[in-house]
Amino acid sequence: MAENVIKVGMADLKHTSHPGVLVTLGLGSCVGVALYDRKTKMIGLAHIMLPWSQQAKNRANKAKFADTGIQLLLENMLNDGADRNSIVAKIAGGAQMFTYTSLSDMIRVGERNVEATKKVLKDLNIPVIAEDTGGNHGRTIEFYSDDGRLMIKTIGFGIAYI
Amino acid sequence: MDEFFLNSFHLDVLKEIGNIGAGNAATALAKMLDKKVNMEVPQIRIMGFSEVSEVVGGAETPVAGILLGIRGDISGYILFVLEEHAAKKLVNILMGRNTDAEVEYDEITLSALKEVGNILTGSYLSAISTLTGLSIKPDIPDIAIDMAGAILSVPAIEFAKTADAVLYIETEFIEGTQRVIGDFFLVPDTDSYVKLINTLGAMC
Repeated sequence: MAENVIKVGMADLKHTSHPGVLVTLGLGSCVGVALYDRKTKMIGLAHIMLPWSQQAKNRANKAKFADTGIQLLLENMLNDGADRNSIVAKIAGGAQMFTYTSLSDMIRVGERNVEATKKVLKDLNIPVIAEDTGGNHGRTIEFYSDDGRLMIKTIGFGIAYI
Repeated sequence: MDEFFLNSFHLDVLKEIGNIGAGNAATALAKMLDKKVNMEVPQIRIMGFSEVSEVVGGAETPVAGILLGIRGDISGYILFVLEEHAAKKLVNILMGRNTDAEVEYDEITLSALKEVGNILTGSYLSAISTLTGLSIKPDIPDIAIDMAGAILSVPAIEFAKTADAVLYIETEFIEGTQRVIGDFFLVPDTDSYVKLINTLGAMC
């Protein structure tokens, strides 16, 4: 494949025009939000760590939160010519890596990240067409611009495409 | 935690915490293995989120993470991360097997690893407790074996609530010619962090 592979780190977001691949390695409780413009084949990926920016003291990095991160990713894509009405989303991650019960608030962050992500996308009228979320395992994801497929790689469950 | 609040003095204090904690942990490990265990001087590092998953050999490297909650005068948790091959080696040594023997993650292996984590983090915490006079009690351990990035996202997210960086203490344990690399992530909640710094700061 023609290589335009871009890595997206923790609390980071990137987008690229076709052809390109966006990759994020080892998602745990964080959520990878993949936006695909069916018309221009532009792809965008945000690696968010926390649900809501209002709940945090330090909001400088917008990519850290579901609300500000998804909003910013969308704006960046629209600025570069994406078609607002052709954008769909796929999401992955939000695992609970440890089952430790007495730290329930901290531990449930994966689940809360997924909830917030869905709420934000719904409010932006972006349909979630596929997801692989929850569970207790890490995920590496690769997002391809040619058809918007999202590859999900895990240690125990092999490779899947959504 | 506010990253701007940290000056070189605070870092020295944290390094001392790491030094004493890991020194105690190395002694505990030596007892467990009945072998001499050396330790490198711990490194204190403050990293941006993008660097976090590169810590333990890359985001997709399989690691064993042992998590213990902390209660008492300070609360939060401590995470001990071992590269998977190091974890397997440790299990084999504990079981008296050849260090290269295949290891399956059955109940016995997992409890053995949990026990390692329990003893190491317990001795780590008791050193801090002795030094500060703060009562620090570890909870029962939990273990996960998965990609480094996924395991480290747990402390990273906790730091993300108040900062744009992660603070961690890297400790390298050496047993004979075998290098067992372990990373301790001490993650006090915000109030506890201030308490810890103040208590130690007042003493130095």
